[in-house]
Order: sequence, then C-alpha cells, then structure tokens
Amino acid sequence: MNYSLTILILLIPFATFLFNGLVGMKFKPIVSGLIGTIGLGVITLLAYLTAWQYFFVDGMVGGSFPKVIAMSMEWLRLTDALRIQIGILLDPISVMMLVVITTVSFMVHIYSLGYMKGEKGFERFFSFLSLFSFSMLGLVIATNIFQMYIFWELVGVSSFLLIGFYYSKDSAVAASKKAFIVTRFADLGFLIGILLLSYFTQTFDFKVLTGTDQSIFAQTAGVSFLGMSVMTWAALLIFMGGAGKSAMFPLHIWLPDAMEGPTPVSALIHAATMVVAGVFLVARMFPVFYFQAPDALTVISYVGGFTSLFAAAIACTQYDIKRVLAFSTLSQIGYMMLALGVSGYGGHEGVGYMASMFHLFNHAMFKALLFLGAGSIIHAVHSNVMQDMGGLRKYLPITHITFLIACLTIAGVPFLSAFFSKDEILVAAYEHNKLLFAVEFLVAGLTAFYMFRLYFNIFWGKETHYHHTPHESPKTMTIPLMILALGSVFAGYIPFSKLVTSDSMPFESHMDFGIAIPSVLIGLTGILIAWILYKKESKIPERISKSLGGFYQAVYHKFYIDEVYMFITKKIIFNCIARPVAWFDRHIVDGTMNGIGWITVTSSRNIKGMQSGNLPQYGMVFVLSAIILVLIFSFLI
Amino acid sequence: MLQGIPITHVLIVSSFMFFTGVCGFIIRRNMITILMSIELILNAVNINLVVFNKYLFPDQLQGHFFALFVVGIAAAEASVAIALIINIYRRLNSISVDKVNEMKY
Amino acid sequence: MALNVLMFYLLSAVIVICSVLTITTTRILRAAFYLLCVLVATAGYYFMVNYQFMAGVQLVLYAGGIVVLIIFSILLTSHISHKFAKPEAMRLVMGILVGLSGFALSTIAILKFTFTPSNAPAMKVDMQAIGTQLLGTGKNGYALPFEVISILLLAAMIGAIIIAKKGK
Repeated sequence: MNYSLTILILLIPFATFLFNGLVGMKFKPIVSGLIGTIGLGVITLLAYLTAWQYFFVDGMVGGSFPKVIAMSMEWLRLTDALRIQIGILLDPISVMMLVVITTVSFMVHIYSLGYMKGEKGFERFFSFLSLFSFSMLGLVIATNIFQMYIFWELVGVSSFLLIGFYYSKDSAVAASKKAFIVTRFADLGFLIGILLLSYFTQTFDFKVLTGTDQSIFAQTAGVSFLGMSVMTWAALLIFMGGAGKSAMFPLHIWLPDAMEGPTPVSALIHAATMVVAGVFLVARMFPVFYFQAPDALTVISYVGGFTSLFAAAIACTQYDIKRVLAFSTLSQIGYMMLALGVSGYGGHEGVGYMASMFHLFNHAMFKALLFLGAGSIIHAVHSNVMQDMGGLRKYLPITHITFLIACLTIAGVPFLSAFFSKDEILVAAYEHNKLLFAVEFLVAGLTAFYMFRLYFNIFWGKETHYHHTPHESPKTMTIPLMILALGSVFAGYIPFSKLVTSDSMPFESHMDFGIAIPSVLIGLTGILIAWILYKKESKIPERISKSLGGFYQAVYHKFYIDEVYMFITKKIIFNCIARPVAWFDRHIVDGTMNGIGWITVTSSRNIKGMQSGNLPQYGMVFVLSAIILVLIFSFLI
Repeated sequence: MLQGIPITHVLIVSSFMFFTGVCGFIIRRNMITILMSIELILNAVNINLVVFNKYLFPDQLQGHFFALFVVGIAAAEASVAIALIINIYRRLNSISVDKVNEMKY
Repeated sequence: MALNVLMFYLLSAVIVICSVLTITTTRILRAAFYLLCVLVATAGYYFMVNYQFMAGVQLVLYAGGIVVLIIFSILLTSHISHKFAKPEAMRLVMGILVGLSGFALSTIAILKFTFTPSNAPAMKVDMQAIGTQLLGTGKNGYALPFEVISILLLAAMIGAIIIAKKGK
C-alpha cells in the first residue's frame, strides 16, 4: 500500500494559507473561515485514514512497526554523502502526531468560526492558522533533522504571527517578540547540535540515525569537549532547541506571555501542538539519546521534573485563568520530558517513552478542551481574571460540564484518559529514580489542587453580578468542546503500548496498583482541599497566603525569573555587549559609509565649479591648455 | 604684394587678429560679440591659408580653396549661431552668456 | 617705398586697430562696424595677392552676408543705445593674459622659423582655373568637399529656420 495521498496533508493547508493570505480579503470573512475549516476537515480525514492504514491495515512487519518513507526527494546536496532530502516519514509517533494535530486543529478551526466572528483580520487569522497547521504537520513527518529544522522555524514564525495577532496592543507585540527571541535563541543551540551531529555521523536522516546500525557513531568515539563527549554536547544542544519550543525551565518565560494571543491560538499552539514539539523532538531522536548520550537523558529528566514542580507551584497562585492554564501546560510538558528522560529502550523498559507519547496524546485533548473552555468563559464574561468570575455554572452549562471533565481528567481521576498515562509515567519514574518519582507524586496533587481552584473560582465561589448576563457560546464553539470532552474521556482506552513504543514493538503494560492508588488519592486530596477553600467564598485562602508571606510573594511573581532575565539582558548584555557593538556600528561602520559619502559630496561640490556652463571660461581653459601644450612640445621635448 | 613685404609681417598681423579674437571671446559676455570674435579668429586663419599658398606654393591652389571652404562654413556657423541667439533671447530675454548655463546642474 | 608696401601697412594698421576696437568698444553696433572694417581690409589683402575671386567672396559673403546678419540680430535683440557693462576684472585680466601670451608665443615661433619662398611660376588664378579645380574629380579636384559643403549649408539653413522659428 502506498501513502501517496499523505502529500495532500501538507499541500492542502499550504494552499488554504496562500488563498486566505493573498486573496482572502477580497471575499466575505466567512468564506476564508469556511475554506480553512473545510481544508482542515479534509486533512483530518486523510490523517485518520493514514493512521488506520498504517496501524491496522499494513500493520507490523516482522514484529515491529516499520518506518515508511512515503515520499522523498533530494533538495540539497552538500557532499555525496551528506545530502538533504525533503520527504514524508511515517512511523508510529509521526502518525500519532498527525492525528493529534489535525484533530485539535480542526476543532480549533470550528471553534474560531464562532470565537473570532466579527474580529478585524478574520481571514488573516485563518491564513495564519493554516500556515501553522502546514508547518506543524511538516515538522512531524520530516524524514531528516534538517527538514525538521526548517519546519521548526516555520512553526516559530507562525506562532510569532499569531501571538502578535492583535498587533495594535503593545503587550501582544511585546509577547510575540519575547516568544520569538527566546525560541530563536534556543534554536541556535538546536542548529549547532544538528551541525555537530551531522558532522560526525555524515547524515541527517532519522531512519539512519535511529536505526540499529550504531557504526555511524564510530567517529565520535573519544572526541570530547570540556569533559563531555561530543555526542552528549550534540544531544544537549538539540535538547536546548526542544526546551525552547517546549518552554522548559529556564527558557519557559515566553509561554505565559504568549497567552496574549487569541484563545483558540493558545489552545492549538501553546497547549496542544507546538509546545510539545520539543517532546516530539526528543522522542524522535530517542535512540540517539539513549545509546549515545545517556547523560543528556538524565539532564532531560531533571529539567522536566523541576519544570513540572516549579510551574505547578506558580499555577497555584495566578489569577489570570489563561496563565494558570499556561503554567499547567508547562507542568504537564515537564511530565512528558521527565518520562522520556527516565525511559529505557525496548519492551517494558521503554514504558517511559510510551507513557510520554500517551500523555502527549491525552494532554492535547484535555488541554485544548481547557483552553477552548476558558475561551468560551472569556467570551461570555469579557475578562481573563478569576476575581471577575464566580457562579458561572448556571449561565454556561455546556462549558461547565466539559470544563469539569477536563479538570477531572488532568487531576488523574480514575478511568479518564490522563489517569492511565500519568500512572504509566509514575511507574516509569518509580522504576528509575525515586527522587523524581516523589516530585511527580507531589505535582500530581498540586495539579489537582490548582485545577480545581480554577474550576471552583469560575463556576462556584462568590455570586458575582455581571453587567450583562453571560450566555452560552454559539454552537460552533460548544460542539468542539463536546467532541474534545469525549476525546479526553475515552483517549485513555487506546492501547498505546501496542502501537507507539520506543522500539516500535508492542509490549504488555499493566496497571501498577501500588502506584495508581496513592496517586489517585493525592489527586483527590488536592481536589478536596480546593473544595474546602474555594467552593464557597471564604477568607481562608487569603489567610494562608498571608501566613506564607515571602514565599507566596516569590511564587506569585513566578520566582522572579522574568526579573532575572530583565536584569541579565538590560543591565549586563545591553551595557557590556550591545552598547559597544552599537557604538562600533554607529561610529565605525556608519562612519566609514558617511565618510565616503561626505568625501564624494564635498569633492563634487568643489569640482562642480569646473562644469560651470560658462562658455568664455571653457574657451580660456582651452586656449591656455593649447598654449601650455605648445610650450611643452616645443621647448621641453 | 610680395616684393618688399616679408611673409612674417603678414603672419604677425594675422596672429594678432587671431588672439584679439580669443581675447574677445574670453572677456565679452554678449553672445553676438562672442560670435564676432569667432569671425575674427576664422578670418585670421583664412589670411594665413591664403598667404601660405601665395608665398610657399604659388603654383597650386590648396590654400585658396581651403580658405573658400572656411568662408562657407563660417557662413553656415553664423546663421545657426544667430538662430540660436534669437531663440535664447526669446526664452531668457537676454543674450548674456552667463545666463545660458541653465542645464549646468 | 613702393606703393604696394605702403598699401600693405595701411591695411595692416586698419586690421590691427579695428580688431582691437571690435572687442573693446562698449556699443555693439560699433563693434559690428569695426568688424566690417577688418573684413574689408582682409579683402584688400586678397586683392593684393591677386586672388580676386577670394576677395570677392570675402566681400560678398563676409562683409555683405554675415555682417548684415549680425547687424540684424543686434537690432532684434539689443537696444542700439545699450552700453556694455565693463567686464569683470578677473576675466579681463585672464583674457588679456591669454591673448598676449598666445600672441607672444606665435610671434616667437614665426620669427624663429625660416620660410623659404618658392620660386615656382605663379599660377594664373582666373575663374576658369577655379571652376575646373572646384568641380574636378581628378588630381587637385575639389568636387567632394564642394558637395559636402553645399549639403552642410543646406542643413545649416534648414536648422537655422527650425531653431529660430517661433513657437510650435
């Protein structure tokens, strides 16, 4: 069976991007919205067909899922050995990502038809959404690391464009710049990592890099720099790119600010798809990490664990509902990173890998649902801040139910999707590293707490008087909510250990009740605490935060990380590097150019007098020169 | 002429006339006067041509004919120059050579 | 002193004086008159060397044609009573300097060079000889320059009409 139709998955969103971007404004806004949505619907269908074909019709070859190159053509030839291809690679994780991205993107498109209705730049919004879908899909099906890098940057650009969608708002502009600069900075590391890796292995190809043949790494043996082997460096630098996109500590600062973008964008890009690109990158390169750079994997696991704890703590103190969700996203991606970091390779050893992908899948569903729900709430209340909300369950019944389902899911309540994946992550962590297990265990409780703090504050809590009665969102917005709710309930029943594993071979995973029961209990404890504190309006939360004093303030201000960055950039980099560079540019570089210009202008102003247009003067010069010439020829020669 | 008149005297007169024309070309600003200076210069050249012919090659007529052609060209030049001067006068209301540098920059 | 020598110096004096006056007078019509004197004196030279045709052309074309043309244009463009402004000092000095140095240079050159007058019998310059040579195509024939000069004159005539024509 060939997969020639998969090329359409890339081409259709690109076509709709071009159409909406170039001629969209010529039609009614709804036309571009419908074109984008229908295009996405078609590729969602195609993605499902591809997944069905890949997993169930073609199935395994020799006991494992093969890596299928659906299409490949040469794009750049650097040397005979080192050439860059553009193509489509299908393997379990890329097929899974196709399903995730198209599903969430389709839901977000439908939702945006309602949410963005009447906004200025409606067709621009849909054109950017198409661009994003195109680049994200291109990223996951890349056959080689260089193609991935290209789409990686395209994803960054579309994220930049969408965060800055309300470009007349200063904060949105600042946020988009921040996101772009931080991720670009991280991508520099990624690029250096790619160059290192390709220099030593002479290939960009994922199929070769992650294959069983380890001889390509022979050249790296014994090469080390600053006490670390070159492969560890390459892996860490590649991870740096992933950490930038996935907003891992300490490159996380752009994600909370990125919530300035329209809410559907937050749901699509900054919750479900783009921010897990880093996780996907590590998963894609997993064999390289595992066999060549196990130290880098340890670093990844600690970064992931720390980020999840750190972000969960901050999420407990924030009031902006989208920011709470943003920090929750950070925390959950930390989970996935940690799971990859503690994973082994092959069979049940690779449970962490499987759990990470599993959680990625589930997280995309319930986090998109949470964000879209938050969008629906914001749509109704016209505010982002929790204090302006309360008692909304009566006004927004559908949003309320779906939001509750998402909260229960993320809290790890049994038989909802995240319960299964989180359990697998905890199992993997427990088997590998007890400290990280303890951290994740704590984070599970914190997650449940802050999600229900959010939930109770919005839908219960104090009775707030609204200027105008909030009303339920239109059908275009509630239907995606319901579909995603179904997804977050039932996604957990997909047998991931049979489909997506570290070595593409299925294994038997089983519930470890020794870990599942305590984790459910701590989740329920978190819910219970939130219930006591926030179900009814009370003074207790305020007293608790007062009693915590300085610590609470530090957490509330996100541990002053932003301030530290500001200090480093504004005070140190600007003064010590940027100023001299600017001085050099202004005085030496510009000075040279201005000097050349000045010399030209001045000399021409002086020469100008000779071209006077004054006939007698010409005649005089002519005769004088003739006389001088005669003198020279007759007396000197 | 010939007897008693050395060729150098004729040549000195004609070169005096020539450089008077050059001098007038330089110091005058009225375009018609400049044209007259040019006529002086051409005339001086003509004298030279004729005199060289008569003194040095009396059996030929090259100098004579060249002088004839110079006269013809001088007539053509004068007619075009005067047409230009009239046109300039019509546009600028002046025939001062200092005013005719509009296309300078 | 032979009469023709006297005649020569008389003509030379007229030429020298009148050419200086041509460029120094402050009234333009007088300048034209002095120019006419120079041209007529030049025609006298031509008569003295027995080139009657040349002298006739000089009188008819130069004195009769060009000077009249100049006078017409003076009348079209200037007031007769108009006096020239004095030329600026710098230009005056430079002009005189150039003129004098050129004159000195050429005089020195003329005096240093020894001319050797030819003793060949003088050619009889009558209308028949001129006509034969001017329209001849063999040795000493000037048919080609003659035609070229006639085309040039035609072109100059048309050009002058076009340039001086008023408006469109």
